[in-house]
Amino acid sequence: MYFQSFKEFIEMGGHGFYVWLCYGVVLSGLVSYFIYSKQLAKRNQRNLIKFYKRMDARSQLNANNQLNANNEAQ
Amino acid sequence: MWTWFYQLASPKWFYQFSNKLLPWFRAATFILFAAGLALGLLFSPLDYQQGNTVRILYIHVPAAFLSMFVYVLMALSGGIGFIWRIKMAHIVSVSCAPIGAIFTLLALITGAIWGKPTWGTYWVWDARLTSFLILLFLYLGFMALHNAFDDRKTADRAAAILALVGLVNIPIIHFSVEWWNSLHQGATISKFEKPSMDADMLKALLTMIVAFQVYFVTVLLQRVKAEILLREKLSGWVKKLVTNQ
Repeated sequence: MYFQSFKEFIEMGGHGFYVWLCYGVVLSGLVSYFIYSKQLAKRNQRNLIKFYKRMDARSQLNANNQLNANNEAQ
Repeated sequence: MWTWFYQLASPKWFYQFSNKLLPWFRAATFILFAAGLALGLLFSPLDYQQGNTVRILYIHVPAAFLSMFVYVLMALSGGIGFIWRIKMAHIVSVSCAPIGAIFTLLALITGAIWGKPTWGTYWVWDARLTSFLILLFLYLGFMALHNAFDDRKTADRAAAILALVGLVNIPIIHFSVEWWNSLHQGATISKFEKPSMDADMLKALLTMIVAFQVYFVTVLLQRVKAEILLREKLSGWVKKLVTNQ
């Protein structure tokens, strides 16, 4: 341990502003990107659920149209 | 023996593999950062010239190292995807870019803040700083180029070429402090010589570098998972995975 008191630790020999600004920027950046990338897969899954619903609805519609077309042809 | 290696190229297998790995990597990231921060902020000595500002080293150097490491990984996996047309290689390459850009940005910001008390200025247009700024632009260019194409395969291939061409910047960054007069100091740790720094400082720095590496793998796997879902949305296993929840 290289500090005698908590006050010394915060002041960093007069350079506290620079040291703590650096650590603050890096840690907040890394933590927020960690959370963002962790949620990315979940967000994509939610979007894909909607995508599959649309696809299913569309193929249902296509099948119906095909059916109607066949009926009209007969 | 090589089966696991081939399996890595399968998005489904990679997805399940990263699901198994991720909890361990998340825990390791947390522990290593706690240890590294304690070592760097509390248990490492002052620099005889810089005093306490030397503590910025423990986050500046790992961020800078990782931004170059990630670039090389991005370019190589892009190249592998380009030559052998492996889907997974492109997924890894594309997922690397934003993470590398963040490391580069953090290295530039911490460097600028560190520069103020030690050099008396936030920024100078010298070789190391400028070549590092170019690295940031390469990352941003890679992402912009990849976004510019509607067809994902074309985008992957074009971005891979950009990454490979930009690879020339990596040795320029590394040797810039030797080739040109720079405010920036040379390397302190080298493979070939004994490191010219205090043992406690070295311990803190190496812990932090490993912590950043493990953090990178964690975030990369998280991004790769998300990217696999998007790209493989038409394959049966993704639909099953997503809709069964």
